[in-house]
Amino acid sequence: MFFKKSMLAAAFALAAAAQATPVHADALDSIMAAKVIKVAVPQDFAPFGSAGLDLKPQGYDIDMANLIGKALGVKVEIIAVTSANRIPYLQTKKADIVISSLGKNAEREKVIDFSAAYAPFFSGVFGTKDIKVASADELKGKTIGATRGAIEEQELTKLAPADTTIKRFEDNNATIAAFVSGQVDLIATGNTVAAAIAEKVPARAPALKFVIKESPCFIGLNKEEPKLLAKLNEIIAQAKTSGDIAKLSEKWLKAPLPPGF
Amino acid sequence: MNYKLQFSELLPHWDVLLWGLLFTVVLTVVSTVAGIAVGTAGASARTFGPKWLGNLVAAYVEVIRNTPFIVQLFFIFFGLPAAGLKLDESTAAFLAMTINLGAYSTEIIRAGIEAVPKGHIEAGISLAMTKWEVLRHIVLKQAFEKIYPALSSQIIIVMLGSAVVSQISAQDLTYAANLIASRNFRNFEVYLLVALAYLLLAMLTRSLLRGLGRILFKAK
Repeated sequence: MFFKKSMLAAAFALAAAAQATPVHADALDSIMAAKVIKVAVPQDFAPFGSAGLDLKPQGYDIDMANLIGKALGVKVEIIAVTSANRIPYLQTKKADIVISSLGKNAEREKVIDFSAAYAPFFSGVFGTKDIKVASADELKGKTIGATRGAIEEQELTKLAPADTTIKRFEDNNATIAAFVSGQVDLIATGNTVAAAIAEKVPARAPALKFVIKESPCFIGLNKEEPKLLAKLNEIIAQAKTSGDIAKLSEKWLKAPLPPGF
Repeated sequence: MNYKLQFSELLPHWDVLLWGLLFTVVLTVVSTVAGIAVGTAGASARTFGPKWLGNLVAAYVEVIRNTPFIVQLFFIFFGLPAAGLKLDESTAAFLAMTINLGAYSTEIIRAGIEAVPKGHIEAGISLAMTKWEVLRHIVLKQAFEKIYPALSSQIIIVMLGSAVVSQISAQDLTYAANLIASRNFRNFEVYLLVALAYLLLAMLTRSLLRGLGRILFKAK
C-alpha cells in the first residue's frame, strides 16, 4: 500500500514537473500554448452559477468564461468551486482565473489581483413600475421593506428621510414575501434577489429605482501576471462596448446595466 | 464569565424600546377585549344556538387551536393580499391575536357555561326572563366566575405570544430588541432587558387581572 502511494506521489510530482512552466512565464502564454483556459465558476449561486436541469453549469459567470475563451481563441474548462475554495483554487493554479461573483476587498487584494468589473452587483431600491423614486430623498412619506441587519437596510436607514416608513423583516424570505404579496411596493435588496423575484413572479417584477451601494464582480487572477491582466481587461472593455455584457445582464439579471457601469 | 455587560449601549435606543413596550401593551389590551368578546359569542352560540352555527364555531375553534400562531399570522399578512384583503402589519397583528384568543376563550368559556346547573336556566325562564336576560345575568355571570383563572392565564399566554408579530415588522417590544441587536450586536444585554420587560409586564397584568376578579366577583 505504501509502495503504491509513493508511486502515485512520484507520478504526480513528475506530472507537475512536466507541466511546470519556466520562471516568469506569464499565465497568458501558458494558456495560449495549452489552448485551454481553466475557469473556476460558482455552482451554487444563481444567477451567477448554478446547475441547470441537465446538471450542466449555467449562469452569468459561465457565459462570461465562454466569452473570454472565444476572445482568446482557446477551449474553456469549467471548474465548479464554492465561495470557500475559489481563491485557494486560483492560488494553487488549479484554475487560471476565477469568475465567481467575486467582490473586491482589502484582504483579497493582498493575495490576488482583480480585473476590471464584468458584472454589476449592487444593492438598491427596487419597486413596482408605476412608482417614481429617483433618489433617497424621494422616499419621503413612502413605505419600503428591507431585511434587518443587511447592508442595504443599514445604508437605507442612514439615507432615507425621517418620515419614510421602513418595514424591517427578519430575513430575506419575509422581505420578498412582503413585496410579492403587495404589502410593500418598494424594497431595498441586492440586484440578484430582484432578478430572482422577477423570474419567479413576473407580475411583480421589481424595477430598479436607484442604487444604494455598488459592489461589482471582478475576475480574480494570480498576482504578477500583467499580460493576463491586461488581456482580460481588454476583453472586458471590448465586451462592454460591443454590448455583450449588457446582453448578459438582461439574460441573467433581468435588468439593464446600471448607468455608468 | 468574561463578557462585560454594557447596558449603556442600549440607552440611546430608549425611544424604540418604549414605543415597542407601548405597542405590545395596546395590542394586548385591544385584542384581549375583542378576543373575549368573540369567545363569549362563540361559546354562547355553540351551547344555545342553532346546530349549523354551533358546527361553524366548532370548525373555527378546531382550525385555530390546531395550527401555530405564526402560521395564522403569516396567512393573514402574506396570504390574504392574494385574495384581495391587504392589511397593514398592526391591523394584521391585532386580527391574528383576536382570532387566536377568540378560539381558545370560546372553549374556556364554553366549559364555564356548561358548568352552570340547568336548574338555574329553568328557574330564570320560569321567572319570565327572556333568553338573552337568562344568558347575560344567570349563565355568563356564573360561567365567567368559574373560568376566570383559566381565562387570565390564556390572556397572559396571548400577551407573551404577541412577540411573534415582530416577524411581520409590527413594531412591538421584540421588534425593538431585534433592531437594537442588529445595530450594536449586544444580543446578551438587549434580550436580557427585553425578557425582563416581558416578565414585569406579565406579573403586572396578572395582578391587575386578579384585582379585577376581586372587584367583579366579590373576593372568593
